[in-house]
Amino acid sequence: MSLFSMTGLVMKWLLRKPYTSRYPFEPRQPIAGSRGALAVNLTDCTYCTLCAKRCPTQAIEVNRAEKHWTIDRLRCITCNCCIENCPKKCLSMLTDHAVPTVTKDREIFA
Amino acid sequence: MATRTVIPFGPQHPVLPEPIHLDLVVEDEKVVEAIPSIGFIHRGLEKLVEKKDFTEFVFVAERICGICSFIHGQSYCQGIEAIMGLEVPPRAHYLRTIWGELSRIHSHLLWLGLMADAMGFESLFMHSWRVRERVLNIIEATTGGRVIFGSCKVGGVRRDIDEPAMQKLLAELTEVERETREIVHVFINDDTVKHRLCGVGVLPHDEAYKLGCVGPTLRASGWAQDTRKLGYAAFNELTFQPITRTAGDCYARCAVRCDEIFQSVDLIRQAAAKIPAGDIAVKVVGNPNGEYFVRVEQPRGEVIYYLKGNGTKNLQRFRVRTPTFANIPALVKTLQGCNLADVPILILTIDPCISCTER
Repeated sequence: MSLFSMTGLVMKWLLRKPYTSRYPFEPRQPIAGSRGALAVNLTDCTYCTLCAKRCPTQAIEVNRAEKHWTIDRLRCITCNCCIENCPKKCLSMLTDHAVPTVTKDREIFA
Repeated sequence: MATRTVIPFGPQHPVLPEPIHLDLVVEDEKVVEAIPSIGFIHRGLEKLVEKKDFTEFVFVAERICGICSFIHGQSYCQGIEAIMGLEVPPRAHYLRTIWGELSRIHSHLLWLGLMADAMGFESLFMHSWRVRERVLNIIEATTGGRVIFGSCKVGGVRRDIDEPAMQKLLAELTEVERETREIVHVFINDDTVKHRLCGVGVLPHDEAYKLGCVGPTLRASGWAQDTRKLGYAAFNELTFQPITRTAGDCYARCAVRCDEIFQSVDLIRQAAAKIPAGDIAVKVVGNPNGEYFVRVEQPRGEVIYYLKGNGTKNLQRFRVRTPTFANIPALVKTLQGCNLADVPILILTIDPCISCTER
């Protein structure tokens, strides 16, 4: 009966628990390999500014004199360009997404 | 003679995810003429290309559209590679093919959901998007992005899919195929869907060609035209035939898209079986100097990229002819004489992507 072609699908899912997760009560499990947010470890950083030069959105700024590394999270498109070009492998990508913000401040690492 | 009235349709309308405006000239409940106007979200990429480095512009090209993002990036990269004479490794070609087809599956599932929503078949819409979510998870696991893949670059691809990840992808794809069959069964056989789509918005065989239609809109009118047959990326080494229907109505366009999902699953399986080992990218040296036209098949049809470089790091000219732009004349034609209640369905059957069209 083509009139009831949807019935089987509906009945099947009627008896199961909801497909959607109860976010924010159940946090989303990040998927391995996802490009979530950029992380930096300045221990080995030489402040060569290569990450800032290669950033297509100019989200990263590096001040070599004051040894500051800053990022504008709202400009960053998590493209991996900085990670691919970092000679000291200081940068990495987290699978969790950056937390929401209400101000357009730059995040400063020193 | 009935009084003619002009009804503005859009740019904001529940059935439209993106802004397009149509002035519908109606006589009673019949549409006699439709006058489209586009240009609400023009972003001026033709000018931006003069400011951005040609290797960085791939990120902008990917953002032309949120649904066929990967194929936009791929088209741009193919054009630059042809101008510069870069020999892309075969593995990169296969990876591009796999991601391009995943993009097609998620685009068609999205369209099926939107179509069900436009018909008022809400539960079918939910189920279509539930399956699409699984495809997005595959894409996120292999490229890192869900909608903007960011994995294509000039000279190859950024990421590889190793053997365990490929097996996982194929296993998940089997589940996606099984669940899609359940949904497609409803789209093809359900009386509600048939009543709403059969015989609506018929685009005759000759008319589809004369109006310059592309993609599923053209194939639903009986033309076996598919740009993938040109053999770009790895398509010259894969076996497939363009999917066609002859009726040319909304139901035929829906059926073509349903079958194309399974065709894409088959193409991914073929590509995964044949993918060679090796590098995934070549080093890019120098700047593009020359011009090139690229033709690539997107989920909505054929996209044409024109790129012109002058030996500097910025391109001189960049132009995109998107499939929706080619299908708008057909939309205007099919709207003439239709019922006012069928207008949302007819607009959806060309799978409009207005962001693409206006760039």
